[in-house]
Amino acid sequence: MADPMRIRANAVGDATEVKVLMNHEMETGLRKDAQGKVIPAWFIQNVTATHNGKNVLSAQWGPAVSKNPFLSFKFKGGTKGEKVQITWTDNKGDKRTDEATIA
Amino acid sequence: MNIKRREALKSGGGVTLLALIAAAGWAAPREALAADSWNKTAFDTKSMDETTKALGGTSPVPSKDITFFQTPDIAENGAVVPIGVTSAIPKTESIAILVEKNPNMLAAMFDIPAGTEPSISTRVKMGQSSNVYALVKADGKYYVASKEVKVTLGGCGG
Repeated sequence: MADPMRIRANAVGDATEVKVLMNHEMETGLRKDAQGKVIPAWFIQNVTATHNGKNVLSAQWGPAVSKNPFLSFKFKGGTKGEKVQITWTDNKGDKRTDEATIA
Repeated sequence: MNIKRREALKSGGGVTLLALIAAAGWAAPREALAADSWNKTAFDTKSMDETTKALGGTSPVPSKDITFFQTPDIAENGAVVPIGVTSAIPKTESIAILVEKNPNMLAAMFDIPAGTEPSISTRVKMGQSSNVYALVKADGKYYVASKEVKVTLGGCGG
């Protein structure tokens, strides 16, 4: 199981600003190790964010997204104390969901 | 002669792949893709036209309503280049970030449901100095904007 994400969700006016820092290697599949063997690709493919069961963002990523990816977006609505959930799935089928409380 | 042969091999391979994908039902329209699937075709593309096509569009229109923020003119570390894109086009449905000179152009794409602001920021890898494109789908049409980002490798901003 991968390490937890760090999520911050802040209410800004009538919107909620979400910032996510995920822990992931994001290996491109193009690099080689010291023995000259290709390191297999390992990266996050899908990211979804939900608020109160409603999808607020979904993303598809390629291996060109940086290691330990950062993501920031804003959605309308959301009040303090409510939860925002972020889920990612990588190309090995590993999955992680974390949630944060809107502050 | 070599070049032609390679092109033939390449396009031949591409066709087979497309056929396979279509057979497996992967080349589904965007609504289906929004779920938990990954648009492999789009992430394999190597040019602007191919990517737009793989995402289901035709030649995108340059737009001044797409702006970059937090995006440096010169990035010191190509492994971590912050890219922020805001679209002022009404009914923006999705935003894709493409790096021209990366092995595969498409870096990330975001589906923006109603109620979410068409403004996202993330960090991408860049192999070398190149143009970064933001491809925006709004109301069924495609728009594009670009920004040049220089990458200085291995140095203190030199």
